[in-house]
Amino acid sequence: MLSNEEVRAKVLDIIADIALDDDVTAIKDEVALREQLDLDSMDFLDIVMELKKRHKIEVPQEDYTKLASMKSCVEYLAPKFNS
Amino acid sequence: MKPDNQRIVITGIGLTSPMGNNLSEFREGLLNNGSGITHTEIRHMGVVAAGLCKFDETKYQPKKMRKRGTRAGAISIYATNEALADSGIQFDSVDKNRVGVYLGITEHGNVETENEIHDLYNTHKMDVSFWSHHHNPRTVANNPAGEVTLNLGITGPHYTIGAACAAGNLGIIQGVQQLLLDEVDLAFAGGISESTETFGIFAAFKAQGALGHHEDPTKATRPLDLERNGIVVSEGGAVYVLERLSDAKKRNAKIYAEIIGYHSNSDASDFVLPNTERQIECMQMAIKKAGIDISEIDIVNMHATGTTQGDIQECQAVEKLFGAHKNVHVNATKGFIGHAMGAAGALELAGNIPSFTDGYIHPCKKIENLDPQCAISGLVNGEKVAHDVKIILNNSFGMLGINSTLIIKKY
Repeated sequence: MLSNEEVRAKVLDIIADIALDDDVTAIKDEVALREQLDLDSMDFLDIVMELKKRHKIEVPQEDYTKLASMKSCVEYLAPKFNS
Repeated sequence: MKPDNQRIVITGIGLTSPMGNNLSEFREGLLNNGSGITHTEIRHMGVVAAGLCKFDETKYQPKKMRKRGTRAGAISIYATNEALADSGIQFDSVDKNRVGVYLGITEHGNVETENEIHDLYNTHKMDVSFWSHHHNPRTVANNPAGEVTLNLGITGPHYTIGAACAAGNLGIIQGVQQLLLDEVDLAFAGGISESTETFGIFAAFKAQGALGHHEDPTKATRPLDLERNGIVVSEGGAVYVLERLSDAKKRNAKIYAEIIGYHSNSDASDFVLPNTERQIECMQMAIKKAGIDISEIDIVNMHATGTTQGDIQECQAVEKLFGAHKNVHVNATKGFIGHAMGAAGALELAGNIPSFTDGYIHPCKKIENLDPQCAISGLVNGEKVAHDVKIILNNSFGMLGINSTLIIKKY
């Protein structure tokens, strides 16, 4: 059973591998990721693909908005990590 | 004499090659018996000889964009930015709508596709939901030129020219033509290749009996040598800044050379084997269009890939046209850096351009045992020759019988 902190760490690992030129350690969880990091729609597709490849987690297209901030990522993904 | 706005000049050169990442490093290797060919491990092929480039892929682009893009894109961005810096142009004040990017390629998309198929079969158990959303923008044939426009904010036209191993010349020719048509005021033109990142090209040359090999990788390709056994595949890129002479003069540009003539034609005879008569015609037409006499040509750079038949056919063509003219010196470049595919013509032209200023003609990589059928007059073998160079003729020929000749003159 993964804690929210552990889920956050796994998501941050993925984001760090995508936002290669940014410092991801200081991001604010409440603020939209796109406002803090250089991420566009192709990058979000990368996040979705890495969740699938690394953790076998599927994110359907209608749920993409749930990945907007780190807070919403953890809320949405924790149950999927723990299912 | 044509008016200055109908004369096209080279005002910047940027390149990466297996033997250096700028013109002076590359030239140094050509004058001093260097080599850029090494042994490397290629998927499914084991260890083969190849010409690989080592340049800073993120000198001009962020890491994220490098990961999103292709090796061909990285080479194109590097060479174009280097050419731009070399030209001294203040790019901020240039109208980006009037800048074009014209890059010759042999092929594009194979690297990405091979990698994805490999992962599909080996990692993802044939589940195509793992196929990358990056596949399409990475594999469209304009990708290398498109990445340059994204990188430099260029809003003028861009595309690649698919012309097999003649592509390096054809990219430059396209840039010249677009300037003459007044479609753009500045052209980034040349040729690039990422071919060493596919296994398919190596396997195919091997299947044709044309993949060069030797226990010493620097001898794996030996154009014109009796013991040559084929081609070494290389990557690389050379991009030129081309402008109208009138514009170059206005900004007091350093001018390397003027492009005074060119021609391209087709063999219409074989998928792979070259055609001596059509090669002769191609060179003759370029010379005619340049308005010069054959005897005025100082250097002929051959395509000379190191295949048994190809070298012979080309030597026949060169000897027939130039053999009687003592001023014409002949060299070849692939013995040093291998066959850089889409970049070949553009890189090989660059290798000779410093002759205008350093007063030497670079040799062929030392041919130890010259094939008697390739013993052409004027061959510069192993040692540079001092000569006052004014005109260079650059040949590149490719599969499906595509031929190209470019002629440049010292400005």
